[in-house]
Amino acid sequence: MKKRLAFLIISFWFVGTAFSQSDSLNSLMNLFNNYQPPTVYTEASFKTIRVVLGQSVETPAKGDMILDIQHHFGYVNQGAYQFFGLDQASMRLGFTYGITDRLAVGIGRSSYNKTYDGSVKIKLLRQSTGKRNMPITLDYFGDVGLNTLKPQDLSIHYYFTNRLVFLNQILIARKFSPGITLQLTPSLVHVNLVATPADNNNMFALGTGGRFKITPHTSINFEYYAMLNKQPSSIYRNSLSVGFDIETGGHVFQLFLTNSEGIIGQYFIPGTTGNWRNGDIIFGFNLTRTFVLKKPKAFEK
Amino acid sequence: MKKLFIAAFVLLLAVPTYAQRYITKNGFISFYSSAPLETIEAKNDQVNCALDTQSGFFVVKALMRAFVFEKALMQEHFNEEYVESAKYPNSLFSGKVTNIKDINFYKPGTYQAIIEGKLTIHGITNPVTAKGTFTVANGSIIGEAKFPIKIGDYGISIPAPVVGKIAKTVTITVNVHLNPLK
Repeated sequence: MKKRLAFLIISFWFVGTAFSQSDSLNSLMNLFNNYQPPTVYTEASFKTIRVVLGQSVETPAKGDMILDIQHHFGYVNQGAYQFFGLDQASMRLGFTYGITDRLAVGIGRSSYNKTYDGSVKIKLLRQSTGKRNMPITLDYFGDVGLNTLKPQDLSIHYYFTNRLVFLNQILIARKFSPGITLQLTPSLVHVNLVATPADNNNMFALGTGGRFKITPHTSINFEYYAMLNKQPSSIYRNSLSVGFDIETGGHVFQLFLTNSEGIIGQYFIPGTTGNWRNGDIIFGFNLTRTFVLKKPKAFEK
Repeated sequence: MKKLFIAAFVLLLAVPTYAQRYITKNGFISFYSSAPLETIEAKNDQVNCALDTQSGFFVVKALMRAFVFEKALMQEHFNEEYVESAKYPNSLFSGKVTNIKDINFYKPGTYQAIIEGKLTIHGITNPVTAKGTFTVANGSIIGEAKFPIKIGDYGISIPAPVVGKIAKTVTITVNVHLNPLK
């Protein structure tokens, strides 16, 4: 035992003196090891504020404004006469502003049903590691739409509230690796006035989506919204979209194929009529451009 | 027997603690790149830095995610696509003040310093030599240095669409206010 101990001490001493120089450098570095790493929040779960048609957990940074131009063309199965749907276009123009890094507000106008919309998105939980560990990012997204189409049946009195459509969503996402993010989106669409008794005023739906990076600047995205309380006689179908994101510095281009005509959730979640198997496929794109309206503190002059 | 072992161990541990060490958790590093289309600047004021005035050993450790950019998108792209902060969270400089004999850390004043060492960014290590100054005042030491690095040396590639926006050489400025380690 004593022999062994003596050997241990001597070898310690030998190693200690032989490497005393680099050891001193290491011990200097070890001073930092006692510091607790700060909380690191996961960035860029998605390239932009949408997965494909639906919202992603991303919000603009504080003081940033995102300009949103969204187009859905017609069904590609209409053939060459309609130039595979490109003759028809439905579009939405929108702005989203980051009041803080966790709170964003937006406005927009869609040509589909001549609808204005106003939205709010709040990041309630942020995926993080370090001092605080959080496995997911969780947002609330709320949107009110105002349909401003002129009444078609003049014998009925329309109230202002008849024109309102609502969307409430909980967005739950996890970035599993730098290239893979998945999102679950429980949603409730409330339509104040539905077209027929077969339509629901309240439609519950579960959205699933994800993105898979191909290169640092491009990714493949998918999104599926399943209606949960659809009536058996309903003509509406679940919305399925597949997209390709290209990011070029300040712009993100999202090119996609979908079976949904509606651009905002209130329309595409309960109101999709296209059937992928029949070739009722729509080509569309989202273009987002970020403008810095307010610089971060370190750059204020 | 046990006591002997502990005593020997404590003695061994006690040997290297002769040095005078200065340290900070709030050092400042900025980098600046100027290209025809875009100027990129980032600031980090949470840099760890330590100096051993006896041996001249000098260590700087910077958390990459703590760099703040003028545009939040730039910051996101910096972390996601260029330096890959998830994979390589820290940058590290470890080296030595080579002219330590010319500097009197006990007498107030400004001293020219030459620092040589290894800089690791994006998981790649290169030798670096920088000229700077140490200013001794009121019991603390302010270290300042400015030096260029080539981002290609650190395995950071610039994709074709943004090649005009990012300069190949980046100027790094270091400013650390070191206090004695208690």
